[in-house]
Order: sequence, then C-alpha cells, then structure tokens
Amino acid sequence: MPASIPSEYRGRMHQAQRELMQRWYERLEESARSGNPPAVSLMIAGNCVELLEGFGAVPLYPEINALQLAIRHASLAPILAAEELGYAADNCAYVKADIGALLQGLTPTGTRLPTPALVLCNFVGCNTYVKWFEHCAEFQGAPLTLLDVPFLRTDEPRAEDVAYIVRQLQEIVAQLEAITGRRFDAERFREAVRCAARVEEAWSRIKHLARRTPSPFDAYFDAITLMGPLYVYRGRPEGVAFFELALEEMEAKAARGEGLYDQENFRIVIEGPPPYPFFRAFRDMFAAWKAAPVASTYSTVGGLWEFGFRHDPDRPFESLALHMLAHNVTNRNYLQRYQQIRRYVEEWDADGVVIHFVKSCRLFSAGQGDMRDYFTRQLGIPTLYLESDLEDPRYFSTAQIRNRMDAFFEALEHARATGTHRRGAALVRANGPAPGDEPAKVAAGPTLRILD
Amino acid sequence: MPTATDHLVERCREVVEDLSLGEVRRWKQEHPQAAAIGYFPVYAPAELIHAAGMLPVGLNGAGDRLDLQHADARFGSFICSIIKTTLEMGLTGRLAPLDGVLFTGICDSARNLAFVCERNFPQQSIEFLHLPQNPASSASAGFLKGEYQRLAGRLEQLGGRKIDDRGLQAAIALYNENRALLRALYAQRAAQPHQMRTLDLYLVMRAGNFVPVETHNAWLREALAELASPAAKPRDSLRIVIEGSFCEQPPLDLIRLIEDAGCYILDDDFLLGRRWFSEDVPVNGDPLGALAESYLDRSVYSSVRHDFRHRRHLLLVEKARRLGAQAVLFLIAKFCEPAYFDYVLFKRELEAAAIPHLLLEFEEKAFTFDRLRTEIETFVESLLFD
Ligand code: SF4
Ligand code: SF4
Repeated sequence: MPASIPSEYRGRMHQAQRELMQRWYERLEESARSGNPPAVSLMIAGNCVELLEGFGAVPLYPEINALQLAIRHASLAPILAAEELGYAADNCAYVKADIGALLQGLTPTGTRLPTPALVLCNFVGCNTYVKWFEHCAEFQGAPLTLLDVPFLRTDEPRAEDVAYIVRQLQEIVAQLEAITGRRFDAERFREAVRCAARVEEAWSRIKHLARRTPSPFDAYFDAITLMGPLYVYRGRPEGVAFFELALEEMEAKAARGEGLYDQENFRIVIEGPPPYPFFRAFRDMFAAWKAAPVASTYSTVGGLWEFGFRHDPDRPFESLALHMLAHNVTNRNYLQRYQQIRRYVEEWDADGVVIHFVKSCRLFSAGQGDMRDYFTRQLGIPTLYLESDLEDPRYFSTAQIRNRMDAFFEALEHARATGTHRRGAALVRANGPAPGDEPAKVAAGPTLRILD
Repeated sequence: MPTATDHLVERCREVVEDLSLGEVRRWKQEHPQAAAIGYFPVYAPAELIHAAGMLPVGLNGAGDRLDLQHADARFGSFICSIIKTTLEMGLTGRLAPLDGVLFTGICDSARNLAFVCERNFPQQSIEFLHLPQNPASSASAGFLKGEYQRLAGRLEQLGGRKIDDRGLQAAIALYNENRALLRALYAQRAAQPHQMRTLDLYLVMRAGNFVPVETHNAWLREALAELASPAAKPRDSLRIVIEGSFCEQPPLDLIRLIEDAGCYILDDDFLLGRRWFSEDVPVNGDPLGALAESYLDRSVYSSVRHDFRHRRHLLLVEKARRLGAQAVLFLIAKFCEPAYFDYVLFKRELEAAAIPHLLLEFEEKAFTFDRLRTEIETFVESLLFD
C-alpha cells in the first residue's frame, strides 16, 4: 500500500462553508435568546426547508447536530447517557447522541440551541425519524406535527400522493401561522423555491463534473462538506452564492485537469453514510489508494438532483411534494437505489462499488447483502462491503476495514495488470446481462428449491 | 382422554407449525383458479383480499424451525429474525403457494424486505401499501381510501374478478365477526386468567392466518365455548400485560413459560393485525371509506402505527390500570427498533404511574429459555411475595 497520503483540496468554498455554518449556529442562538427568528425542527431527508422561509424561520436539524458531535469525537458520552435512560444498544445512535446531548445541555459548538416553535417531522422514508421527533418533542415540551410522505411504491409518483402532501403542507402553514403569529409570506416562499432551483442546478453541475477523468470533485467526502449549506441555505441567496462559488472553483479545477490526487488510480461509487467518528481516518484510507469517490448515494439523502429534478417556482407546493416523494434516496424504494448506483457506475465511469453498512441505520443497511449480490453476481461489478457505524465510535475497527480495503484495491490492481479490468458501462456490459435482456426490474436468479 | 379443546388446539398447532403452508396448498387445490396473498405483519386489509375471492395468508416468520442458509447473507447483522426467516422461507420455495405478498411500511427493515422480495421472487406479485401516519390531517382518510382502491385494482387484475361493494361489505361482516370473537376470547381470559392458557388462545388465533375467515370463525366459536376450564383453580400469579411483540412473534415455548413462571397474562399485543379494530367496521355505506376511517379512528395503538393525537405511553398505562394489571412485561424481538424506541417513553410513564415492569428480549429461533425463566421468576417473586 502506498504510504504517503496526498493532501486534500482546500478552496475558498471550504472557508465559506465554515462561515455559513457558524452563522447558522448564531441564528439558532439568537432564536434561543429571543424567539426571533422562530426555529422549526426538520429532518434532512427530502427536507422542505423552503417552506420555512415563508415564515422567516430557521431550520433546526438534529441530524447535523448529531453528526457534528461525532465528527468532533464527542458522541460517545451522550450516547451512553441516552442508554442510561433506556435506549437500546441497537437503536440508531444518531437519535441517542442527539437526545443524550439535549438532556445534557451539550451542543456541537457550545452555542445555545433553541426550543423549536414546532417539531415538524417530515417523514420522508425513515421510520426512525418518527420516533426521534416524537422523543424530541416529548423531552423539549414542543408541539409536534408529522408530515406524512407516502413511500414511493410505484415507479412514478402518483397525482394522489402529490395532492395529499400539498394538502398537509397547507395545514402546516396554517399551524405555523397560529404558532408563530406570523403570516405566511407566499412571495418569499416562492423566492426560496427559486433560490433552491438555482442551488440545485449548481450542485448538479458540480456532481456532473465528477464524470470526468480525473474527477475534480470528491463526491463523498467533499459532498458531505457541501451538504450543510445545501440543507440549511438552499432557499436563501447566501446558498445560491455559495454553490455558485463552489461550482466556479470546481470548474476551474476541471479546466486545469486537476483531480483529487496527483494521479487518479480508481474511481468508486460509495453507498451508505460515512463513519463520522472516524471521518478523517476513513477518508485517508481511500486517499492512500488514490481512489476517487465519483458518486455516492448518501449525498442524495436531502435530494437527488443530478438526474434532472429541480424545484419549480411556478408550482412551489407541488414541487416540494414531488421532491419529498420521488427525488431523494430515502423515499425511493430499495431497487430504485440499486438502479441509481448502477447508473453511477455506468455514467460516472466507475471501477467498483463500496457498500458501507452502518449498524445504526436500517433504512440504508437492511438488505445491503442482497444489494451486494445484485452487483457482484448479477452485474459482475467489484464490490467492497464494509461494516461500522455512522455515530457510535464503538463499532469501528480500523485494522479490519483497512485490510478489506487493501484486498479490494489490490484485486483491482491485479485485474488491471492482467488486462481483465473494465470500467463503467464497459464493465456492466462485459459482465452483466445485455441491455433488454434483463427482466423489467432487477430480478435475481430462480428461486431455490426446498432444501430439506 | 383428549378433550374437544385439546383437539382444536392441537389441530391449530399443526397448522401454525407447518412451514410449507400445507393449509394454503390444500385451499389452492380446492380452488384451482384462485390466488393466495400473503401479508407481512402487522396490519393488512384482509377484507379486500377476501372480497377478491382470494385467501389472505398472514406471515409471522418461521419460529425456531428453520435454519438460515441464505437470508443471513442478504440481511446481515443487526436485523430482526422475522425479516430473515420470511426471506428464507421464500428463498427455499416455502412461499411458493402465494401468488403475491403485501407489505406495509412497518419499519425500515420491513420496507426494504418488500423490495428484496420483489427482486428475488419475480414470479410473485409484490405490493406495498402506504398506511397514513398523520391521522390528524383532513387529507388522510381520502388518501387511504385511494390507497385501498389502488390495491383493489391490483387484486382485480391478478384475480380477474371485480371487487364490488356488496362483496366487500360481506367480507367486512365476516371479519367483524372474527374480531368480535377474538375480543370475546380476550375478555374471557382477562376476567378469569387462571381458566385459559394463553398459548391455547394464541394457537387458535394464529391458525387463522392460514385458513378462510369462515373456517376460522367456526374455530373461534368453538374456542369460546370450550377453551376455558372452569374447574381450574387460581394460583398465586402476577397479573401482567405484555407489550412489544406486535410484529415478530415470541417462540411458543416462551409464551408457555411466562405463565408457568407465575404470570397471568391479562392482555398482550401478539398478532395485533388480526384484532386491529377496537369496534366493528361499519358495513353499510361506502365500504372502502369505512375501512379507511376505521384504520384512522377505530384501531388499536401499536409501535408501528403513528398517531400523535393519542400517545401510546399513556394508553399503555391506561390499559394496565383498566385491567388491574400489577406489572407490564416488555417482550421485544431482538433488533426490533420501533419497540426499543417506544420502551423509553413507556418506561418513563410507567415509572411515573408506579407500575413495575420487566424488559425481556427474544429471538424467533431461540429454544432455551433458562435465563429468561429465572428473570421472570425473580420478577414475579419480588412483586408477589415482598
Ligand atoms: S435510521 Fe438512518 S436515516 Fe434514520 S435517523 Fe437513523 S441514521 Fe438517519
Ligand atoms: S420485528 Fe420490529 S424490526 Fe422486525 S420487522 Fe417487525 S417491526 Fe420491523
């Protein structure tokens, strides 16, 4: 294994990101102090942050708090505190860290966090969200509402589903008017949706730059850096300015032919969240092999825009509904995720897939063995399966993960040396079923017979 | 001499323990044109399946009688047993008599399972039903009715037969009767827990997963007349309510053991889907609308049905008080995240109400219970004889 770790890209966008996130925490502290702006809790998955702009409200994302704690190596104490309270070893550690921190008065930056005016559980895919927000509301004594987003169980979203969500959004508007005493500003809301569409355009272009060889953009680790502003500021002019800056920087890098490393050895697609308590170590392991993450499913939790969806200021409520229903990875069904990853391999020209199983998150992980079966057996794509956790530092074994990773990349190197190596669409064509040959979805082999 | 009750219970045990779904195969032989539709717990509108001329089949995992050869690799660590045993049953051909399987959004694992099944069992029709989680919204009833309509359309396509209002009303009436009989049996047990073995009640109830509702109604009527043994003498036992087994089911031996270790079970949440509605679903008027409204307003609480208008933890305390329970026993499937989460708020509320509780974890495939027995006995002793 190569020993030296290439130093990663640090641009103006990183500085700008830090400033924006710091300003967000300041706004939250202001809200805690004076109630102005009002804060509304939201979940990241397919979030409807644009709606809050219609009230001048600031979003409070427990997930960002939880991941900030983990990345700062401060998640274990609140997790243990939550377990004291009765949470199980096998509950999602995001929830435990957040509730534990709440009860201990711990915040990621040491600033105060407000009690939300409304705990708005946008139920977009994750069932754990419902419990999490129920508990938040319970422990904070805040009002609670659930926005029920039907799971995407047909190939395309249904008109009935859109109407159902729009109706609930309107009920939430009325509820927020009553709680905050502010009138919903429809023009400001529309403007937020317009900002979102511009952010999405820039973000999507950044992601498409990663289709080049070498990729100028790390679509996993750096995508995560950009995800804070994407969720907090998507509906605001600061968000637009930030993403246009990031795009400009990435385009300049692309124009110079600069990749992530002095040389790009491998191009990989990553499925699953990162191990936040070991974020740096995990990143360095890929860097050691000069493996470039060119696409990732985790960066589409809040929204999946690289395949073309944009919010629409002419139909603001409907486009919020469509976004929550169909254009984020968490509310799309499991086989649609297989197809998303497959598209990444083909169109982003990847050498293989890394599946990171995280213990906490069944939404991501339940069934990943079947996913691996699809990619290795059905399509013949090299796949690496790793296990750890996204929040709980007790479930990470550096040696084990490094060994597996080394074996995986060594095998890829070997294939290259022996001339059997393929990449992207050629890889899928060489090993997978021919196009049109495949049953409608992603069928596996025939069912086995009774064994006994 | 075995009594009529023994016969009924033994018959039901055979039905329940037959992993190759013998009753379903038999029914299909007798009805060669008709389809059987499985449903993954917890709740499914069996009335609709029945009205389509099909046999609804409740899937509750494989208990301790199936070795996992394939499913472990598909679902990996930290996933509850029922997900894996159900998939294993499919991968080993045991679900072959089913023409389709219906899933609902029980939890994240169950939801992903639906789509893993879709990939692995292309010959079966897999359907996913979204049950609304925000009953407070004025849009929920209309949405759910639309969802039932969509399902009805799929069933009609599969079975080649229209579902009409009359047929659906008749199905609702049959299921109303089924639920009323179960409510009566539960009431009988709660009133005289020493006269009825929970395992007997459980087996008779669970056998209904595999037979037409008319047959099951006959069995339940028989059970209502015969299941209680009036001569049985009360013992010193702890009166408890069981919470947490709403989806994956505890092993049969564990259910027996709880009573043997000194508990009277006054209520439980086993096989909740069979007893989902607390009152009859109206049979006159629009039947799909009635089913939808009943789901929202006349159904039991569960860790996987969200209704913030009525807080589950308060409902549990209320139930324990109403039945005069001395304690609550949490019986939670290993890795069942919704149950784990709810435990936190349940615990807090029970402590505030000074109702003692014990938390136990089980796995479908467990077969030795020495440790659990000791825990239950110790708990019972500490409360009964202190
Ligand atoms: S289960 Fe997964 S998606 Fe849900 S809250 Fe936990 S980490 Fe997030
Ligand atoms: S037992 Fe629990 S975790 Fe398993 S499928 Fe059922 S609800 Fe989900």
